[in-house]
Amino acid sequence: MNEIVFRLLLGALWLLTGVRGEWTGAAPAMRQRIYFANHRSHADALLIAAALPPAIRRTTRPVAARDYWQRSAVRRFLAHRVIHALLIDRDPATRREDPIAAMRAALDAGASLILFPEGTRNDREDEPLLPFRSGLWHLARTRPDVELVPCWITNVGRILPKGELLPLPLLCTVRFGPALEAEAGEAKEAFLARARAGLLALRGDDGPESTR
Amino acid sequence: MSELARLLVLALAVLAVATLVGRILRRVVARGAPHPVIDDLNARIASWWVMVALLAAAFAIGPGGVIALFALLSMLALREYASITYTRRGDHFALALGFFVAIPAQYGLVALGWYGLYSILIPVYAFLLLPIASALRGDPTRFLRRVAATQWGLMLCVYGLSHVPALLTLEIPGFEARGMLLVAFVLIVVQASDVLQYVWGKLVGGPKLAPTLSPSKTVSGLVGGIASATALGAMLWWLTPFGAWTAAGMALLVAALGAAGGLVMSAIKRDHGIKDWGHLIPGHGGVLDRLDSVVFAAPVFFHLTRYLYT
Repeated sequence: MNEIVFRLLLGALWLLTGVRGEWTGAAPAMRQRIYFANHRSHADALLIAAALPPAIRRTTRPVAARDYWQRSAVRRFLAHRVIHALLIDRDPATRREDPIAAMRAALDAGASLILFPEGTRNDREDEPLLPFRSGLWHLARTRPDVELVPCWITNVGRILPKGELLPLPLLCTVRFGPALEAEAGEAKEAFLARARAGLLALRGDDGPESTR
Repeated sequence: MSELARLLVLALAVLAVATLVGRILRRVVARGAPHPVIDDLNARIASWWVMVALLAAAFAIGPGGVIALFALLSMLALREYASITYTRRGDHFALALGFFVAIPAQYGLVALGWYGLYSILIPVYAFLLLPIASALRGDPTRFLRRVAATQWGLMLCVYGLSHVPALLTLEIPGFEARGMLLVAFVLIVVQASDVLQYVWGKLVGGPKLAPTLSPSKTVSGLVGGIASATALGAMLWWLTPFGAWTAAGMALLVAALGAAGGLVMSAIKRDHGIKDWGHLIPGHGGVLDRLDSVVFAAPVFFHLTRYLYT
């Protein structure tokens, strides 16, 4: 039943966006990975799930904001039962559980993760990618065996920008780039800058997201 | 047997021969191993079976089926086009108007046979109103480039393409209720020209036609393809109100326009760093990769037929 809902969601998303994966730097593999991506819409985790082969999709959990996905019964159903999201508390003042610990626990249980290191949806039209939060670095440092694969989602910010009523049918591609290589003794800022550059490199010079 | 049934039998026969040739090439030349050109050829042929089946279904439903099919193709083509051209948030409403108002309106007017309005809806009304919708959002960044790209997209993907089913609305004396045959004629000649350009190019090779625009098109392909499509058009004169010589002339015109249109679309693709418009049709690319030549050929074919025969 939940698998059927999942398939229907992915099917609807395919009708609108024709979403497909483009494995330019990494090959699809059943090994444990953190897929980290740009974040412009609530459908981003689903788009990456749709671009993954089904066997990999079933072992991959998107990391998502608890405050958004707990807000209604439908969202709770989708988050917990359908996409098996790992919900984390973003607000350090009110949270009871450390998000990094929760992500580590999910990794230790064998899951791969989909992570949006910007920490929030990027609504800025002329800013392709916000600065990264530090979660990716903490995970990379303490779970060095997990591959970090950048995924750039094209066009997604153009389909339904904030404040618009009608979604546009536009093609979305999820580009999977080469996994980040570990570098011994690298400082946090340097690592995050390198991860961010690796993701931005997948954007390409052309297309509607450039200002060329 | 009706002309359309005869055409279907011919198309299936051609596809069967092509499939057989593809199989033989795979076994004899590629020896079952992966071979980029032959695998691509076989993917193209497999997709042609699907495209012919869809077209045959639309023809079987009647004019409504053909109009609906082309409306859907316009939607898919405009999606491919808008996915790569530069627009901003300020164009969201204008693009939504393009997708959800211009396409249904254009094909609705074609269905009504309202020539006076469907021939100016996009060149006049969309041309003036969509930039207004964008301007009201107050973002001047690269404004001319954005509205020009959007208007071009509508002209290519909607206006040009809608002139294929618009052939159904022509009232040609002595050729009443046979517009479907004219649709079949222009589609067969243009698509055959594309295929024959590919075949001649692969068989003869030689100098490239426009290496800065398209790496695969050759002069031999262009000449051989257009010449054989012209001969094919002459042989298909019985689909049209034309005589054999006029049918040949019309075929020459649409094949040449189609080839030129393919070059224009290649220039757009090259500039945007893409090889194909999309991935919907295995072996061919996107819907626009298959229809780029039709977009340029159909309006001219429509108007010439209208001036000379109605």
